[in-house]
Amino acid sequence: MMRTLLVRGMLVGVVAGLLAFLWAHFVGEPPVRAAIGVEEATAAKEAAAAGTKVAEEAPLVSRDTQETWGLGTGVIIFSVAIGGFLAMVFAIVYGRVSKLRARATVAAICGLGFLAISLVPLTKYPANPPAVGSGDTISERTEWFFVLIVIALFAVVAAVRLGKQLSERWGAANATFAAGLLFVVLIAVAHLALPNENEVKAGFPPQILWDFRLANLGTQAILWASLAFGFGIAAEHAIEGKPAWWRRDAADKSSAATTT
Amino acid sequence: MATPSSALDTTQPTTVPVPVVSLKGLLPYWIFAGIVLMLAIYFVGAEEGATSMISGMGVHEFVHDARHLLGFPCH
Repeated sequence: MMRTLLVRGMLVGVVAGLLAFLWAHFVGEPPVRAAIGVEEATAAKEAAAAGTKVAEEAPLVSRDTQETWGLGTGVIIFSVAIGGFLAMVFAIVYGRVSKLRARATVAAICGLGFLAISLVPLTKYPANPPAVGSGDTISERTEWFFVLIVIALFAVVAAVRLGKQLSERWGAANATFAAGLLFVVLIAVAHLALPNENEVKAGFPPQILWDFRLANLGTQAILWASLAFGFGIAAEHAIEGKPAWWRRDAADKSSAATTT
Repeated sequence: MATPSSALDTTQPTTVPVPVVSLKGLLPYWIFAGIVLMLAIYFVGAEEGATSMISGMGVHEFVHDARHLLGFPCH
C-alpha cells in the first residue's frame, strides 16, 4: 500500500509541477526579466560613470534554457519530492489523527503544508528576483529560511495536537480556533526571534518586486492545490482498492473474464 | 437512524477510516524515500548557493529560475 501511495504521490507531483511550471513561465518570467534588465542598466550606468565597459561574461546556461528547461526541471523535481512526502505523511495521518476521509485528509495536509512551507517563509524571508540579494549573506539567509520552515512544521504539529485534545472538551469549532491561535503565536515568536534580512537595494522598482512575489505565491499555490486535488483522488482510489487508471482496462477485462 | 440526514448519507461509505499502513512498515520508506526526496529538494533549492557538494555552477545556473520562483534564497 505504501509503495502504491508513494508512486501515485510522485506521479501526481509531475502533473502538479507541470501546471506550476506553466504559471511560473508565463507569469513569473516577465518580472524576472524586468529585474535582470534593471540590474544590467544599473551596471551599465556605474560602468559609464567610472569610464569603463561592462565586462560581458558568457553565461554558463543561456537565459532561454533557464526560462524553459531549467525552470521546468527545477519546479517538477521539487513538486515530485513534495508529492512523495505528501504520500508518506498521508500514510501516517490517515485513520490515526482524525476521522476525515481520504480526500479531506489530503486536502488538510496540503493546506497545512502550503501554510508551513510556502506562506510562513514568505512572511519573513520573501522571495527575491535575480539582481536582488548579496552573495555575502546567502548562506545565513538560506539557513534561516530552512530553520523557519522547520519551526513552522513543528508549529503545525503542535497546533493539530492541541486542537485534537481540546475538541473533545470544547467542540471542534472552538478547538480549531485555539489551535489556530497557538500556531499564530508560535510563528510570531519565531518572527521576533529570527534575524531580519533585507536584500532589496534602495531604488529597486517596487512594482517588479511585488509582481515577482505574487508570481512566487501563485506558483506555490498552484503546486499545492494541484497536489491536493490529484493525490486526493489517487489516495481515495488506492484505499478503495481500485486499480490505477492505466491498469483499469486490463482489470476490467480480467474481472469480466472471471465472471463469465 | 431514520433521520433525513442519514438517509441522504446512504451513498457515502459509513465506515470510519482506519490506518492503511503500519508505522513499522512506514519506517523504511521514510528513511530511504525521505533521504532521496530531501536530496532532490536540496539540489533544486540550495546546491551551489549556500553550500555545495559538487564543484562548478552548472546545477545552480540550470535550476536558477525555478529556485527564484519557488521562493528559495538564491543569491
